[in-house]
Amino acid sequence: MPLIMQYVPYEELSYLDSDKRIQKLLKIVKQNKVVLMEGTLSSQEEADLIEATMEIVDSKFKGVEISAFNPMEKVTKKTPQDQLKKIFINLIWGRRRGLTVIGPANIIKDIRRDPKSIQLFLSNRRK
Amino acid sequence: MIQKFKDFFFSILSIFNQKKHIKLGIYGPPNGGKTTLANRICQDWLGEAMGEASSIAHETREIQQKEKVQVESNGKKLSFNLIDTPGIATKIDYEDFIKKGMKKKEAQGRAKEATKGVIEAIKWLDNMDAVLVVLDSTKNPYDQVNITIIGNLAARDIPVLILGNKTDLKRSNLKKIEAAFPQYPVLGVSAEYGDNIEDFYKEIFKLVK
Repeated sequence: MPLIMQYVPYEELSYLDSDKRIQKLLKIVKQNKVVLMEGTLSSQEEADLIEATMEIVDSKFKGVEISAFNPMEKVTKKTPQDQLKKIFINLIWGRRRGLTVIGPANIIKDIRRDPKSIQLFLSNRRK
Repeated sequence: MIQKFKDFFFSILSIFNQKKHIKLGIYGPPNGGKTTLANRICQDWLGEAMGEASSIAHETREIQQKEKVQVESNGKKLSFNLIDTPGIATKIDYEDFIKKGMKKKEAQGRAKEATKGVIEAIKWLDNMDAVLVVLDSTKNPYDQVNITIIGNLAARDIPVLILGNKTDLKRSNLKKIEAAFPQYPVLGVSAEYGDNIEDFYKEIFKLVK
């Protein structure tokens, strides 16, 4: 069975509210595809994605593996200058910067990332 | 007489200044040692454990709370409600529990409870006044769950202390955690053996000042 990676451009998600954005991503993942999303989710959306995932975990769907490039800005304490800069960048780019990978846990066994690379480890028992 | 009057005045003042008990949360991915740390704190200051720790992931599947834990360090006292949360994960596979020796039904039940525990832990983020994020210092800190937890705490302006737990193990690498989260205080501890626990208590005072 081939591994299908579906690219989701920023434009496809930008007009949706957070809830619909998460449902759209999960719908693709539940089709056993790996999402390559242009941009990143907000911290709150990531938490919401985990919650939404947990609500649908069962014996067949084990959950997701997720990793994002350029997420570290979320964990950085902001000075007032940083906050202004962020507002300005978000006005121009939104959350377009970076890349997010989301895959079904029954296909993606593990995602390991360091600041410069992402490694996807595939499961042996892909169904 | 004047001293007695002063004492009385300050005791009245302290009643008005008294804040509700600080809620100190313990967050992190499964098997980082959250409950072991909670047990260490509760044993040290209450003389009793908080919950059962286990090598099988998702042992804590409900929020556990101990009220009025009073810690002393350098002659100062601090009282808080300690909240141990279920490990936050993006996937839960009941077959992992079967591999640890559980029967299928028991494993499926545990998995179901674990999913509810994750949701509960996330919902409780808004209730916290300060949070200890417990990471296994032998593992890669760039895990998305760690970033999501710390990112959500940063977005809510909740003070964070990152604990690199399991420093007693050879593969422990605190520098990697410090590199991943350069703007946060990181402290290495072994919750199981009590290594560096005195420094940890001092850091709690800085966290909730």
